[in-house]
Formats: sequence, C-alpha cells, structure tokens
Amino acid sequence: MIYFNNVSKIYPKESPALEDINLTISAGEFVSLVGHSGAGKTTLIKLILAEEHPTKGNVFFESTDIHKLSAKELTKLRRRIGVVFQDFKLLPNKTAYENIAFAMEASGKTDEEIKSDVPHVLDLVDLGDKIFNFPHQLSGGERQRLAIARAIINQPELIIADEPTGNLDPINTYEVVQILKKINDLGTTIILTTHNRGVIESVGRRVVSLDKGRVVRDDKDGKYVI
Amino acid sequence: MFWVDVKRIMRSGLISFKRNGVVSIASVLITTITLSVIASLIFLQAILNFALIEIRDKVDITIYFTSTATETTILDLKASIEKLPEVEGVEYVSEESALARFKENHQNDYITLQALEEIGDNPLGASLNVKAKETSQYETVVKFLEGDSAAAKTASASIDKINYYQNKAVIDRLSVLASGAERLGYIISFVMIVISIMITFTTIRLAIFIAREEIGIMRLVGAGNRYIRGPFMMEGIIYGILASFITMLIFWPFTYWMGTHLADFFGMNLFTYYTSNFFQIFAIVIVSGIVIGAISSWIAISRYLRK
Repeated sequence: MIYFNNVSKIYPKESPALEDINLTISAGEFVSLVGHSGAGKTTLIKLILAEEHPTKGNVFFESTDIHKLSAKELTKLRRRIGVVFQDFKLLPNKTAYENIAFAMEASGKTDEEIKSDVPHVLDLVDLGDKIFNFPHQLSGGERQRLAIARAIINQPELIIADEPTGNLDPINTYEVVQILKKINDLGTTIILTTHNRGVIESVGRRVVSLDKGRVVRDDKDGKYVI
Repeated sequence: MFWVDVKRIMRSGLISFKRNGVVSIASVLITTITLSVIASLIFLQAILNFALIEIRDKVDITIYFTSTATETTILDLKASIEKLPEVEGVEYVSEESALARFKENHQNDYITLQALEEIGDNPLGASLNVKAKETSQYETVVKFLEGDSAAAKTASASIDKINYYQNKAVIDRLSVLASGAERLGYIISFVMIVISIMITFTTIRLAIFIAREEIGIMRLVGAGNRYIRGPFMMEGIIYGILASFITMLIFWPFTYWMGTHLADFFGMNLFTYYTSNFFQIFAIVIVSGIVIGAISSWIAISRYLRK
C-alpha cells in the first residue's frame, strides 16, 4: 500500500534525516516505527502526508507518487488517510461534535450522514456524554480518543498515529492501543510511531526500527530492541 | 453541493466570529476606523467642492460702459456675449440700478452719499457682469470683446473699461488655488485610505495568524483550500458589515453637531448633506467595508494555504 523507494531526506545544513529508505507496507498491516528522538520517524510520516518532499527517491501510495500530486489531488489523498498526533491537533474553537463534523464536511458528506455518524463514533470512543465539550474541557486521554474518532470517521484506508500515547498515562495509553488494534482488526492499515516499550509489546506486530535515518531492523513480530 | 458548502461556510464563519470574542470586536473596531476615515473624506470632499463652487461663483468680469452708451448697444453686446459657449450668464446693470446699488452699499457712509448728492447727476455708467463656466475661460471672453466681430466693433466705442486686467492676477491665482486644493484633497484621501486599509489588513492578518495552527489541522483532515478560506472570508465580511453600521451610527450625532454649530464656518450644513445623501454614503461605506474585509482575509490566509 505504501512504498518507499530509495528515499533520502536531507535538511539544509544538517545531517540527513533519512537515508536510502526502502520500505513496503501492505494493506491491513499494523506497523510500529520505533527509534530514538531524531531517528527519522516523524520525517518518514511527513513524507507520507506530503508535508515534506523527499530530497531523493519516491514515495508511493498504491500506484501514485505522492509528491507528484496537485494540491487538489493531495486534498483527496489526505481524506483517505486518518492522522492522530501526540499533541492531538484538535480545532480548539470547535466542540467535540464540530471537530468530527468538520472532517466529514470537508470530505463532502451530507448533513444527514453527519447527524447520524458523529454521535455514533463518539460513543465508540466512549465520549458520548462529552459531545458539546470543547477540547480544553477534556482530559488528555479524552482528547486523544476524540482525535482517533476524527481519524476514523471517514473510514480511511490508512491510519497514521504519530506518538499517540506520548502525553498519556499508562491506563489511557492502554485504551488507545486497544482502540487502534480494534480498528486494525476491522481491516484498516495502521502506522504507529512510538518509543514506548510497553506499547510495542502489547501490540505484538511488525516493528521497523530506525536509527540515524536508516532502517536498522524489520521484525515480523518484533520486540523493542533499541 | 455548492449551496451546502456555502451554507456551511456561512454558519462556520458566524460561529467563529462569535467564539473569537475580543479578537472579533477589535477587528470590527479597527475596520470602523477605516470606514470612518472613508466617510470623513466623503464629507471633506463635499465641503471642499462646495467652497470651490462658492469661490468660482464670486469670480466674474464687469464691462463698464461710458455714460453715452445707448441701451440697445449694450443689449446687443449682451446678446452676442451670451452666445459664446464658454459663458454661463450675463447680467445687465442699468445706470439707475447701478446708482441704487451704490447707495445701498454705502447707506451708512454719509460723506460718500453727500458727495454723490452734490454731483447731482448720476455719475455711474451701465455695466454687464459676465460669468464664465470656468475661471480659465475669462481670457476667451475678453479676446472676443477686443476682437473683430461686428458686435464687438460697434460696442467698442461705448466701452469705458473692462475690469478683467485688474482682476486677472486674482482670477489666475484663484484658479490655481482651486485646482490645487482639489488635487490636494484627492492625494490626502488616497493616502489616508491606503494607510487605514493597511491597518485593517494587519489586524485581520493577526486574527488569522492566531488561527494558523488550525489552518494546518484543517489541511491534514483533508479540507480543500476553498473550504478553509471560506469561513475566514465570511468573518472578514461580518467585520465590514458591522463596522459600516457602527460608522453610520457614529456619523449621525457627529454631523448633527457639526450641522448646528459649524454650518456657518463650512458654508453648508453637514447634517443635511448626511441625511439627503444617506443611501449613497451608506452604500459606499458598506461596500468598502465588505471589500476590505473579504480581500484582507483572502490575502492574509493565502500565506498559509501555499505548499
């Protein structure tokens, strides 16, 4: 589903962030990207979202080269990918309901679909009673669950979770991982970055280890090694 | 789909206008200042135009006739001057009315009136007051009087003097002054409008700068540029509409006060001008407000939509 073909990313005046990455992620996989801070995890994800362009090589989403898309096609591609971040990236001036409704409106869903789906997905992540709360009125775990709800609402083919548990306590971390596993069981591909050993072990799926911009290990049912 | 988008954009713009609270109020007030500058300039132009018309109205040339000139000669000349395209009007002042006017102008000046009585005869000749459409056109009128046309030739013997040459310096200076004042008015208006638009633009840019992170999130969620830009432009338009109402409200008591206290100073009543041109002024102000709000938002947000 995602192919990195000899990708390098070099920021000006810095050592390379990524070097000669060749990586294939198939549909339905749950891939954990691990590595120290600065190993290149976030850069790798930014390349998939076309927030950054590779210095060398190509990144493919199925058969399309992500970095050759026009702004309009890119917008359409982003609707096929759900994203979850460490800092949640919720819209601060919108309620829980509106945050999710916005993602649906952006992808052109009808008012009827929005009305029926939003409460449903909020129930799914256990926020049914916080529909009209603003993000600052929610706890860290609740915000992350809201972000996950927003990521899955348009039934994306791929979910990218960049350190989703970085700001959460162990109980909330466990919950978030369980939700992601459930989503994966329903057939959605997941890319998760983390440096939390417990998270890797409780997922127990493929682990790709990055160090200094290179892939150093790629284990089928890996453990946290670095 | 288009109308659904428009509806959603308008609703979302309204909601964020309401939730942004202080930032929205600040933007409306700054826009109000810009629109007040524009409205003030409308009034300033009106005062200036009025003053210029007054000044130009006071400029004329007078042809004085000798006391031997017959009324028919004068009236013939009057008729031919009136045919000139540059001439707006000619007023005939007969010997008797010249005397009556002189007496009226000097009614408290006993010495002059006494001197006049002693002469016994009417020493004043008849005259024609010529008013041209533009101050610069008096030259042409004088040329005509000194020229070779039949009417001018027959009358030339009875013309005592034309006061154009005495007045020429004044007339010239007035026309320079009048066109200078007009040009200065335009330049000041232009500069003021540019400055106030820049202030408004900066304010709106700051308001959008606060929301730059949100814009990034909207892009990640898969919102198209038009859909991100729409609500911000809607907010800009709301600033403009509210500000134009506030501006018109401010100018109501303001011009009323100016009208009652400074009507003599300006030579016109600003309140009457405000009420009789209300809809034109309102239209200019509200259209400026909407255009400034929408365009500022458009430009400010474009920075964050590149890539």
